[in-house]
Amino acid sequence: MALLQIAEPGQSAMPHKHRLAVGIDLGTTNSLVATVRNGIAVCLTDEQGRALLPSLVHYRDNDIELGFDAMNARVSDPRNTIVSVKRFMGRGLADVAHIEAMPYIFEETPGMLRLRTAQGSKSPVEISAEILRVLRKRAEASLGGELTGAVVTVPAYFDDAQRQATRDAARLAGLHVLRLLNEPTAAAVAYGLDNTSEGVYAVFDLGGGTFDLSILKLTRGVFEVLATNGDTALGGDDFDHRLYCWALDHARIAPPSAEDARRLQMAARAVKELLTVSEEAPFRLRLDSGEEVDLTVTRTDFFEMTRPLVQKTLVPVKRALRDAGLSPRDVKGVVMVGGATRMPHIQRTVAEYFGQEPLTNLDPDKVVALGAAMQANALAGNRREDDQWLLLDVIPLSLGLETMGGLSEKIIPRNATLPVARAQEFTTFKDGQTAMSFHIVQGERELVSDCRSLARFELRGIPPMAAGAARIRVTFQVDADGLLSVSALETSTGVEASIHVKPSYGLTDDEIAAMLRSGLENADGDQAARALREQRVEAERILEACTQALAADGDLLDEAERTAIDALIARLRKLTAGHDAATLSEGVNTLSRATEDFAARRMNRTLRSALTGHNIDEL
Amino acid sequence: MSVDLSLDYFALFGLPYRFRLDEEALDRAWHALQAEVHPDRHAHLPDSGQRGAIAGALRVNEAYAVLKKPVTRARCLLELAGVSQDAVNARVPSPECLFEQLEWREAVEEARKANDIDALEQFALRLQIQTDGIITYLAEQLDGRRDLEGAADTVQRLTFIDKLRLEIDNALAAFDNYN
Ligand SMILES: Nc1ncnc2c1ncn2[C@@H]1O[C@H](COP(=O)(O)OP(=O)(O)OP(=O)(O)O)[C@@H](O)[C@H]1O
Ligand SMILES: [Mg+2]
Repeated sequence: MALLQIAEPGQSAMPHKHRLAVGIDLGTTNSLVATVRNGIAVCLTDEQGRALLPSLVHYRDNDIELGFDAMNARVSDPRNTIVSVKRFMGRGLADVAHIEAMPYIFEETPGMLRLRTAQGSKSPVEISAEILRVLRKRAEASLGGELTGAVVTVPAYFDDAQRQATRDAARLAGLHVLRLLNEPTAAAVAYGLDNTSEGVYAVFDLGGGTFDLSILKLTRGVFEVLATNGDTALGGDDFDHRLYCWALDHARIAPPSAEDARRLQMAARAVKELLTVSEEAPFRLRLDSGEEVDLTVTRTDFFEMTRPLVQKTLVPVKRALRDAGLSPRDVKGVVMVGGATRMPHIQRTVAEYFGQEPLTNLDPDKVVALGAAMQANALAGNRREDDQWLLLDVIPLSLGLETMGGLSEKIIPRNATLPVARAQEFTTFKDGQTAMSFHIVQGERELVSDCRSLARFELRGIPPMAAGAARIRVTFQVDADGLLSVSALETSTGVEASIHVKPSYGLTDDEIAAMLRSGLENADGDQAARALREQRVEAERILEACTQALAADGDLLDEAERTAIDALIARLRKLTAGHDAATLSEGVNTLSRATEDFAARRMNRTLRSALTGHNIDEL
Repeated sequence: MSVDLSLDYFALFGLPYRFRLDEEALDRAWHALQAEVHPDRHAHLPDSGQRGAIAGALRVNEAYAVLKKPVTRARCLLELAGVSQDAVNARVPSPECLFEQLEWREAVEEARKANDIDALEQFALRLQIQTDGIITYLAEQLDGRRDLEGAADTVQRLTFIDKLRLEIDNALAAFDNYN
């Protein structure tokens, strides 16, 4: 393009020096590390030739057991054996569901919860870092050198706090993070590059704990995400849980101990996986309590009891398609990712919905790590001239600011392509106001209280001006990692404040998914509430303005005029306490009209004083 | 690897100052520009090299978002022709236009209250057909007759329709749970 000064993006990388870069899939259940070797992405294995590393960390008095080595400790030492730590990343204690059913000792600390273990207090970031450290060492041993950097994957629906926590964990593990990459996008890269596909594809990623659905358009080496949606509280674990409840029902046993509960859950997972390949499976085990469970589960039983979960996956599918402006027929292929997509009834439901067999020719456990490795290779500067591809990803949930009345003003809409910056102007509410505080939220709902709170900050040192005179420009910027930073600037004076958003606490996975869901369901109630709040704000604004104007320039009115305005002010004050947006609006309009003439007189006085260089006091 | 940030959106993408859009050309230009400025292309450079590129990537994505959507593209053209956003927003809609809007909003409201998915989908379809017609008309106003005042009115009408469509989409999304 003539418009550009073209410089070769890869030019400063040394042409023949291959940089060691890896992709890491930090999963709820399983983690992997992969790299590009001789142009081909491969997963790196442990000494026994295993690619998967179970995401398990067992803290013993003097050392740590990890992965397969920690499998037995899940039952023998549940308190010190942390499973599914991904669910705690960037989360406060109040944000995690079913905490009472977990065997851990939790600690409430500002920001993120912590766990008390045999080795003292540990944050989820530290625990995840243990997993990442093992993968880094595996990679260094296998590649024979220090790593230049890593691409670490996150669920597409991860919010700012969870992304920050993941990046911190990688740093703690001694990794240089080249990029945080969305898991479905990583899968698309692996798939697209393997098949050099063109057209619109859907990636259906059902893992152990999370569900993501992304719609991508592939053209000439560009992977453009059109829309993404998900349910961060839906995964293989939920299918296990159904089976577990079913077994409790049918085996007629006493409520199980923590150890027995874990035994039953592990048995449930084994049964679920067996049913993928066989028509029926035994659910058989002896509990610590001495009780026996001896049941048989048929495929039909299992499909029946988990049907609602399968149906639930279609909700994000429909929403992503709608956001992309597409119908199921427009999708050329559906890529299946995540171990839970092996289940036959998931595959059948997807096939029926899209009217085609889903694509399962890549290993669903490995495809995310492989795609991350390809991206890492490219980011490290190893890409060849003829191998230029590009990822254009999006932000999954809208970002907004709290405005008066507790409403969220959306600044960046969901599915905006990254990196993205948007600015919005705000103004002061009161005469002489010198500070303004901002509350940043994420989610689709209209009321701030229904969105996720990310951070608060304050812009100070605004020069005193009349209400509404200051021009405060707030800019949101989201980088390619999906991380947000916010700055505020008073444009007439150049006073500036900026922060890198460090969210102070998290939400549960449930809440994030619920935010989008209920944002849509409650649109009606939201709107009525919004209308009322807006009118209240409007009313307060005009009442404040009138009071100040009367105090300053009340002498411009004769007695009759003054009495009329006072009466209207009193009436509006009363209406503000009510709940009818329409009457309130009418009250605002009446007062506004009644004071038009007064406002004009004030304006004249101000102009005169401005022209003569005197202020009002001197006149 | 630098993009001339002073260029307006059309010039940046090398597109003619026209409302009628060659979507293929827009996408191709977007991809070509991002291939130069996207942060992924500079991840191997030191921080200073990356920082320079981000402004370009932001500008290019902003331009793409504006040019892609008919309403914002038309607003951008009007602004370049000296009709500000404020001027567009300040246009007073004709009574027929207001009546039409009122009628549509009521229809959507009714369908939503009655949980009538079919009606909403039907309405979305009708609205799409309407929109297509309005966009053709707008193209005539902007590219043909250069009737800027008329175009400002049409843009206002489209802005309303966009909002209504978002409402319909949100209403439909709420039904996804029950199917
Ligand atoms: N053959 C199978 N049949 C059914 N389910 C299976 C099968 N194999 C694996 N799974 C399930 O897949 C899930 C793990 O998938 P995966 O390893 O993709 O998750 P993850 O990447 O760790 O999690 P997430 O992506 O949610 O963070 C588990 O619930 C497991 O039981
Ligand atoms: Mg996964």
